[in-house]
Amino acid sequence: MSPARTILIVGGITLAALGMLYGLHYAVFVEHQTLDRMGSSLTQAFVHAAERNPPSARDAVNAYASTKYDYVRQVDIHSHWIGLGMVLIVLGVAFEQVRFRGRSQIWIAVALLAGSFLFPLGVILQTVKHGAVFASALAIFGSATVTIALAAVVWGFWR
Amino acid sequence: MSTQLASPHIAASFAPMSARRLLIFGGIALIAGGMLFGDIFAVFILHQNGGQTGQALLAACEAASAGNSLAVKEIFQNVGSLLEDHGTKVDAHVHMTDAGYLALLLALLQPYVALPPKRRKLLAGLFVIGGLLLPVGIFLIHYVGLAYSPFVVIGWASVLADSAGALLIVVLLAEAYGLWRFRRRGSLGGELELPIDRTWERRALMAGGAALILLGFLYGAWYAGVDLYRHEARESQILKNMLDAAAAGQGGTVFEVASYGSLAAEKAVKIAAHSHVIEFGLLAMLLSFVQPYVYLSDRWKRGWVLTLLGGSIILPVFVLLEMNFGLVAGGIADVGGLFVIIALVGMLVGVLRYSGHLDASGATQ
Repeated sequence: MSPARTILIVGGITLAALGMLYGLHYAVFVEHQTLDRMGSSLTQAFVHAAERNPPSARDAVNAYASTKYDYVRQVDIHSHWIGLGMVLIVLGVAFEQVRFRGRSQIWIAVALLAGSFLFPLGVILQTVKHGAVFASALAIFGSATVTIALAAVVWGFWR
Repeated sequence: MSTQLASPHIAASFAPMSARRLLIFGGIALIAGGMLFGDIFAVFILHQNGGQTGQALLAACEAASAGNSLAVKEIFQNVGSLLEDHGTKVDAHVHMTDAGYLALLLALLQPYVALPPKRRKLLAGLFVIGGLLLPVGIFLIHYVGLAYSPFVVIGWASVLADSAGALLIVVLLAEAYGLWRFRRRGSLGGELELPIDRTWERRALMAGGAALILLGFLYGAWYAGVDLYRHEARESQILKNMLDAAAAGQGGTVFEVASYGSLAAEKAVKIAAHSHVIEFGLLAMLLSFVQPYVYLSDRWKRGWVLTLLGGSIILPVFVLLEMNFGLVAGGIADVGGLFVIIALVGMLVGVLRYSGHLDASGATQ
């Protein structure tokens, strides 16, 4: 197996396993509690409205929005790591058909793996501090790296 | 009939009762099953569920407007149940198709997994079982609830789903260990590498699949950059407007509930278009490897390839157009999904014919 294929296949399996482990941990220890929190915040918001207490209702909506912000990104990291892992494995198996020289193939493989790891990592880091610039920049850098490397792969298949 | 069947190398790479054969059959069946479930869900449950959720939200606004906090709590229990019904069905669909993709991936990797054939076959069987039990468990969560459960928030259906998920992880780790052994010691013999050919079907599926994935990435980046934060802010604002109107006992909650429903639909179709175009791209690339085993004439094989790629474009594009053209676009999107399922079943029939022919000729020898 060429180095580029090894990077993609082993990296892809590791990423998929990481995504699954995260998903399992999340499903067992976090998800139900998060959904309960979201539901109770929204219920509280309406209860406060019924009690004619708009400021508390607004606070409850803010709490709901904050929990949902985290929930969306926590689910995203699970699906994106697994999805990107699968893309890497498929590309690894078919990489011989990508018409680039050995060194270029390795760089493309490294870019695909690095971007696939960093993009969801940036997304999950956004939950540590909402609106953090570094986390968003990491997610953008990761997704741009994957996209450019994938465009190179499509070009390589066509050549 | 395809001439590739004559190749002894291809036949040897698809040995009877091998791990690869089990994973290819199981994988295609899981993907077809997951997609069929998704199509049924989209046609018969999705819109009705959305309508019920909207009605419940409106009822909650009216109860809040009337100052009846007890009724609000009761209504939100119903909303929670509706959301769980929706969420578990989406999850069952996604997890079944994704387990199918992983099964096909593992089928491709078998030549590089340095484990004894019996162990590889056992792992393949466990993976297919886990891939089936995981979505079944997720589907049952809404119906089983916490009945007879010793846990506070986790029911028996969740336990089944989580155990199946853990089984999939264990199999993946074992396969990764096999790959690591291959790197150190080389192959233990068994499954051969897949034949490398550049037939029209393989090239069309490989290049078409990669292009679909790229398209999905670009659209996902666009969504994250332009829509995601705007949607999140809009959702909070709509809820606040809704609650202000309800607390003041004013009208206008109907408009806010309608805006909320419209926003939820916009988010759903955009995310669905992004995820489906990438998944179909991945599926096309995976199926390109299976083509040597599809025992059909070249005309039929090309027909299924075009049907699959056509459906893969129709579904996400018309899902997006649902916001402008409503149920007509939704119906066309469902037909696109059906195209993909039909093409998938057509290819599965070709693989079954191939294995039947291979086994029959093996038996006569």
